[in-house]
Amino acid sequence: MSPHAHHGPPSAPSANAVTPPATAKAPEVSSWKLLATLAIGGAAAGLLVVAVYKATLPTIERYAAAKEAGAVREVLKAPARWDTLYLQKGALTKSPTAGDDRKGLPKAYVGFDASGKRLGAAVTAQEPGFQEEVLLMIGFEPSSGALIGFKVLDEKETPGLGDKIERDTSFGAQFPGRIAPLKGVRTRNTTDPSQVQTITGATISSRAVIRIINHAVERWQPLLLAYEKGGAQ
Amino acid sequence: MTTTVAPVPATAPDLIPGVWPPAAPEFVPGAPPPAPLWADTWRGIAKENPVLVQMLGMCPTMAVTNVLANGIAMGVATMFVLVGSGLCVSLLRKYIAHEVRITSYILIIATFVTLADLILAASFPEISKALGPFIPLIVANCLLLGRAEAFAAKVGPVRAVADGMGMGIGFTLSLAAMSAVRELLGRGSLLGFDILGARWEPWVFMVLPAGGFFTLGLLLITVAWIDELRRKRRMVAAK
Repeated sequence: MSPHAHHGPPSAPSANAVTPPATAKAPEVSSWKLLATLAIGGAAAGLLVVAVYKATLPTIERYAAAKEAGAVREVLKAPARWDTLYLQKGALTKSPTAGDDRKGLPKAYVGFDASGKRLGAAVTAQEPGFQEEVLLMIGFEPSSGALIGFKVLDEKETPGLGDKIERDTSFGAQFPGRIAPLKGVRTRNTTDPSQVQTITGATISSRAVIRIINHAVERWQPLLLAYEKGGAQ
Repeated sequence: MTTTVAPVPATAPDLIPGVWPPAAPEFVPGAPPPAPLWADTWRGIAKENPVLVQMLGMCPTMAVTNVLANGIAMGVATMFVLVGSGLCVSLLRKYIAHEVRITSYILIIATFVTLADLILAASFPEISKALGPFIPLIVANCLLLGRAEAFAAKVGPVRAVADGMGMGIGFTLSLAAMSAVRELLGRGSLLGFDILGARWEPWVFMVLPAGGFFTLGLLLITVAWIDELRRKRRMVAAK
């Protein structure tokens, strides 16, 4: 590396400036020096980023785990404890065979109350909303298909309109007790257990929530029932 | 950087002893004129405010200013990168060859942005989630590369940090001003606390992108108007 490589003499000379001799030519900086500058810089930057990544990872993972546990507690209405089931080779299992990365497997959480009675299962599901993917955690009772609740984990819907799926409590309050598959309607209907009133101004986002819930129940219900039939060893 | 006359290698012998190459003061073409440190800082806050005067960093200015907490977090994250990259660029300015300087600056800036992103995710996860991709996008903020090339690469580390602080504070203040207006009118709250009460019907428009352009326009008009008033007063005083 050549310090001062680009520092030239004064371009706006003062009165007593000296003109460089004609022999002083612009030096060619060798390509190797340029490569070395970037290689050393890149390596130093990489080391720094890896060090900070390693240092912050436990905190970030702890936060994600706490958030997930909080969501399970919320959608299963405060279970006393829950089992984590992993979906491996088309079936649910409590203990996935080694070799597979546990974190990468789809999961279902089966919650129980203090007396050991099963309350229901919580699963996550993600599908497009109005703008981007909406990520929900859904709690439901597998044998009847009745919903216990849902929580929006991630959404980027229109602020003030579509994001009401997360903020409008009267929308979320309709779901407990309803039986999937659900249908979105415009007027409130308390007699039909499959109907949910969509939010004014957020019809597409509301329907997305309903669609995600329906698909999740459709996908997970048979898996959970099969797991239960298998004796839940 | 302006074009320079033939550069001279540092290892060049004294071609004309005592005369050439010229000794101190160190001369860097296009270097900012000497100024006291407070002036280096004040420049970014008022006279050359990044958003209101230089019109740099418009993307985060529009995108994340829908609530006050996001605006402030974005401003502070940008300030962290400005100060960190300014210091590094200034310290390394004599070792970075002219030909690869832009690449090197981007490398330094990207490193600090990644650090800011990770630290924010670990310490303020909610804000980190709300800002989403806009923290990584600080890399592409012209303000960073602009200050590295126009200022930090030509002055000592102390002045570079002073300039980074000033630009960072100026950026944060502009974003805070915009997001305060937008959150107050669009949600009736400030920093999440209800200010205008339940009877206030939120102007949803203000938290949507259009509200961002609207607010920035109003802010720029206000600044230009104050500027004009001051100029007129000065002219009257001169007569």
